[in-house]
Amino acid sequence: MTDLTRLSAADLAEKLRHREVTSVEATQAYLDRIAAVDGSVHAYLHVNADEALATARDVDARRAAGEELHPLAGVPIAVKDVVVTQGMPSTAGSKILEGWVPPYDATLVEKIREAGLPILGKTNMDEFAMGSSTEHSAYGNTHNPWDLERIPGGSGGGSAAAVAAFTAPLAIGTDTGGSIRQPGAVTGTVGVKPTYGGVSRYGLIALASSLDQAGPVTRTVLDSALLHELIGGHDPRDSTSIPEPLPPLVEAAKQGALGDLSGVKVGVVSQLQGEGYQAGVQTRFEESLDLLRQAGAEVVEVSCPHFEYALAAYYLILPAEASSNLAKFDGMRFGLRVEPEEGPVTAERVMAATRGAGFGDEVKRRVILGTYALSAGYYDAYYGSAQKVRTLIQRDFDEAFAQVDVLVSPTAPTTAFKLGEKLDDPLAMYLNDVATIPANLAGIPGISVPNGLSDDGLPVGFQVLAPAKADDRLYRVGAALESALEKSWGGPLLDRAPELG
Amino acid sequence: MTQLVDYADAVRRFDPVLGIEVHVELGTRTKMFCPAEVSFGGAPNTQTTPVSLGLPGALPVVNGTAVEYAIRIGLALNCQIAESCRFARKNYFYPDVPKNFQTSQYDEPIAFDGWLDVELEDGTIHRVEIERAHMEEDAGKNTHVGGAAGRIHGADYSLVDYNRAGIPLVEIVTKPITGVGDRAPEVARAYVQALRDIFRVLDVSEARMERGNVRADVNLSLRATPDAPLGTRTETKNVNSFRSVERAVRYEVSRQAAILDAGDTVIQETRHWHEDTGITTSGRVKSDAEDYRYFPEPDLVPVEPSREWVEEIRAGLPELPQARRRRLQDEWGYADAEMRDVVNAGALDLIEATIAAGSSPAAARKWWMGELARRAKQDEVELAELSITPAQIGELQGLIDSGRINDKIARQVLDGVLAGEGDPEQVVAARGLEIVSDDGALLSAIDEALAAQPDVVEKVRGGNQGPVGAIIGAVMKSTKGQADAKRVRELVLERIGS
Repeated sequence: MTDLTRLSAADLAEKLRHREVTSVEATQAYLDRIAAVDGSVHAYLHVNADEALATARDVDARRAAGEELHPLAGVPIAVKDVVVTQGMPSTAGSKILEGWVPPYDATLVEKIREAGLPILGKTNMDEFAMGSSTEHSAYGNTHNPWDLERIPGGSGGGSAAAVAAFTAPLAIGTDTGGSIRQPGAVTGTVGVKPTYGGVSRYGLIALASSLDQAGPVTRTVLDSALLHELIGGHDPRDSTSIPEPLPPLVEAAKQGALGDLSGVKVGVVSQLQGEGYQAGVQTRFEESLDLLRQAGAEVVEVSCPHFEYALAAYYLILPAEASSNLAKFDGMRFGLRVEPEEGPVTAERVMAATRGAGFGDEVKRRVILGTYALSAGYYDAYYGSAQKVRTLIQRDFDEAFAQVDVLVSPTAPTTAFKLGEKLDDPLAMYLNDVATIPANLAGIPGISVPNGLSDDGLPVGFQVLAPAKADDRLYRVGAALESALEKSWGGPLLDRAPELG
Repeated sequence: MTQLVDYADAVRRFDPVLGIEVHVELGTRTKMFCPAEVSFGGAPNTQTTPVSLGLPGALPVVNGTAVEYAIRIGLALNCQIAESCRFARKNYFYPDVPKNFQTSQYDEPIAFDGWLDVELEDGTIHRVEIERAHMEEDAGKNTHVGGAAGRIHGADYSLVDYNRAGIPLVEIVTKPITGVGDRAPEVARAYVQALRDIFRVLDVSEARMERGNVRADVNLSLRATPDAPLGTRTETKNVNSFRSVERAVRYEVSRQAAILDAGDTVIQETRHWHEDTGITTSGRVKSDAEDYRYFPEPDLVPVEPSREWVEEIRAGLPELPQARRRRLQDEWGYADAEMRDVVNAGALDLIEATIAAGSSPAAARKWWMGELARRAKQDEVELAELSITPAQIGELQGLIDSGRINDKIARQVLDGVLAGEGDPEQVVAARGLEIVSDDGALLSAIDEALAAQPDVVEKVRGGNQGPVGAIIGAVMKSTKGQADAKRVRELVLERIGS
């Protein structure tokens, strides 16, 4: 019998549907794999074995009884620890939430449970999703399955590493400036940041409310489409949720996989390539453009002149919103509570002691930065200007999408760097997200598709961006590229990853 | 502390300028941003959701009914209604604010640029300009345990109840109220009272001062003359009764005048009102140190009430208190002074209901402003708290009008109703108070009286009708006052003449 963990989610779902395997078998296979390799990868912060198996048994019983089930019913899934899960720890990678068990489920978790996907556990991440390497987790590093000495990307390094290490077929990530796509690129997995408002944020521990978006982390484009359709759609509990149905994503992925992109106009963003991009990254990117042309797409270059200010604007807007979103962590109602070592125990002093002890350095750095940016007298110069830049970037996208159907770029400028290499250089770390951040600022969707290995033998990603609410275009182009690449490789990229354990 | 300046002296030499912020808790079924139930008196922390507890991951959604109520208030105050407005976050750390920021409208209020004509007790009308009315959420409630008088200072620990956290509030802010001179305290009181009446009529809040449904912050500054620039103001927080509003203004006028007289400067600060002693004391100093780091709430989309909806709400507005008073005064034919007395006594609704129950306007006023006012005063209760309803007064008056009882007996009926013996009809029946109109019964009583006073009969027969009253008196006495005196007189004269 084939190793169940090597199957794509779509293929596993197919076998489940035809009752060739049971969900209990699949879930157990993943739990065994976690037990075997997660000691060296450390993708998981919490493994939810008993409940996952209970869900699997329930799904198997319902299927045996002939019940109509969701297409992904019985396929296990891992959830980033920034998403609240009732009865399961949800720390967001922070010490300040150690031991906190939420009394409610995020909307997307409700949907996952309703559809009968066993939740394998919660995945590691940079504390409160601040980072590009998962090294800012309060619970230790996650290792890149391609090279355990290297970072798995961030903030969603745990979800990407779990999928790449075959310890989960599907995972949930969140992307505020690239936290789904960049880990996807450096681990050879697919990651999608949906249109802002496309997936409910209710139950996502907020980093930057106007930028955060949850999305799929998978091994294939079709798997992402299946998961995206499950978790997406309008949620009355999130006022920024789009009150319209999703476009047909699975259909778009299937159509794309046929390999015909005639009539599709692809724009290469001149600001998001060349200088600053590793040679191997740039070469793979250009080869992928050739594949798109061969599939019938027209490839043109477009300019987005304000993208050069995106990083600066992002690092004002994000800390400003984060400083306010993270104010609730004060030891008064939930999570860590630290009393001052000496002096009176007042509410204010308990709050200060709790925050001092509970937050890591990167979180403190951004909270201080954001507090400063919102202060009276500085607001206009910092937060105000950043919002204007945001408008200009949105305009750049509007103009670009008036000329082309999708925009493309390398997902990240480099392959995975070594653990510890950039930890003391926040600015170098921030540059990792230079290509992914503009999409968050504009609220548009983006996908990262693995498009080969760089000269150093590590995976690189190809980013496709589409206009807001046109997520289906990501899947069509992404699937077309994926199918052309796999044809040239003779199989999925992850087959070339070193064997773990 | 400097000696206070006598109020009359202070307002002779200084021009007071008021600014009033009134918070009203809306009577919506659920909270401003989540479906937690809003009701008074629930066990602590039972009316909460992840949203109103500020749990990680929770998101706000605007309560549409609260928006409608805010628009109603805005329209009643003659405001413009914004076509698009956003919420902001007001960031500050305090345990009763679960998210450590309050979600409030800041520079984009839903209603702005309005006015309200406020009528003082003597009928003077003062127009108060409204700067804005905006939506926000209430904080939780702290209880400080141990230490002195429930204050946080010196307390052993504090408990927080989040039932109130997230209850929708509308805050109404006036422009500086100038030109009121020595009547500043009265204007302040009348304004808050007028707002309270409007909230009730609009049915947007129970507007009960004693429950804190309506809370006023009173800003006051003094200046030498009405054309001088505005002086430094203080903000006296949480003044929660009409009388306190008046007293707090008077106190601040006297206090600030003393400071200015001494050549000192008034400190811009928040002050606390002490109901028991009638003074204000310094709270935290309000300065640039207080930085709320406002920014637009990214978790909420802008509120964009369509013009059609606003017009629909406008068309559905009930008659406002002032217009209603004018209409009723017209209908009832009361003199200005009479109407003012009725309004000031809180008898307007009672009289309206009494008239609806069949009484004439004059009789209704006579009851509520006369006998009933006297009894309320005697029992130290409000008119509305008397255990008699307008319908019962209407019924009582109906008994008089139909001649079944007279004024004097009516008071006994009133006693019975107030004593809980039932409706006037029931009291009359039970106590046997109906006027004796059966001539047969009257005639036997008359004959008895005539027989007892032959001298009177003689005098009357002799053409002197004066002494006939003695006979009538005797008849009334023997019928316990339940005879119709006019009929008795007719029958007596008939009897003597025959």
